[in-house]
Amino acid sequence: MRLTEVLLLATLLFSIGLYGVLTRRHAVALLLSIELMANAANVVFVAFATLRGGPGEALVLFALVVTVSEVAVGLALVMLLYRRHGDTVLDLAREARH
Amino acid sequence: MTFRLAFWLVALVMVVAAYLVVRSQNLVRAVLWLALVLLGTAALYALLDAPFLAGVQVLTYVGGVVTLMIFGVMVTGRQEGAVAEIDSADRIRGLLVAVGFFALVGGAILKTDFSNVIAPRPPTTAELARSLLDDYLLAFEVTSLLLLAAVVGAVVLARRRDPTPETEGSPR
Repeated sequence: MRLTEVLLLATLLFSIGLYGVLTRRHAVALLLSIELMANAANVVFVAFATLRGGPGEALVLFALVVTVSEVAVGLALVMLLYRRHGDTVLDLAREARH
Repeated sequence: MTFRLAFWLVALVMVVAAYLVVRSQNLVRAVLWLALVLLGTAALYALLDAPFLAGVQVLTYVGGVVTLMIFGVMVTGRQEGAVAEIDSADRIRGLLVAVGFFALVGGAILKTDFSNVIAPRPPTTAELARSLLDDYLLAFEVTSLLLLAAVVGAVVLARRRDPTPETEGSPR
C-alpha cells in the first residue's frame, strides 16, 4: 500500500519532467526537466529497496554518478552553444549541425 | 499515522515544486524550485529508512548539481533570465503525452498487487558500503571511469575558445 503511493508519486514527478522536456526550448530548462525524471527514477529504486528488498540503494548511488556526469557534459555543451551563438535556445543547435 | 502525514506533505511539496520547475518563466527560480524538489526527495529517502542516501542526495544534488545549474544559468542567461517558451500547440501535445504516460504507468501500478511484500530490513550504511566494494566492485570501477571521462569531456568542450580548430592548438 505504501509502495503504491510512492510509485504513483514517482510516476507523477516523471510525467511532469516529461512534460518539461517536451515543452521547454531553453537548453538549461531542458536539463532541469531531465533532472526531474532521473530523480523520479531514483525514488522508485529506493522505494523498492526499502519495501521489497534488493540492491536498489547501491543502484541509486550509481545512477547519481551518471546523472552528475550528464549534467557536467550537458552544461559544457550549453556553454559551447552560448559561446557560438550568444543564446541557448535549442533551435540554434539544429542550425549548428549544418 | 505520522509517517503518512509526513509522506503526503512531502509529496505535495514535491509535486507543486516540480510543476513550477517546468512552468517557471524565470530560469533562476526554476533551478531553485528544482532544489526544493531534490530536498523533498532527500526527506522522502529519510522517510523510507535510507538516511545515508538522504545525506548523499543533499550533498551531491542540492550542493553540487544545483550550484552547477545556477552557474550555467548565470553564465549563459540573458540578464532578465527569460525563457522563450514554445507555442501553445506544442504545449498541448506535450501535456497529452505526459498525461498519457501518467495514465498508462499509473494504471499499471494500481493494477499490480504489491501485497506479497517481503518487508525486509533495509541495508545499513555499512552493508551498503560493503556491497559496493564487494558485489558491485566492477560497476563501481566502471562508474569511476565514466566520471573521469565526463569531467575530461566537459573541460575539453568548455575550454574550446573558437569554432575553428586551427586558431588554437588542440586543448590538452
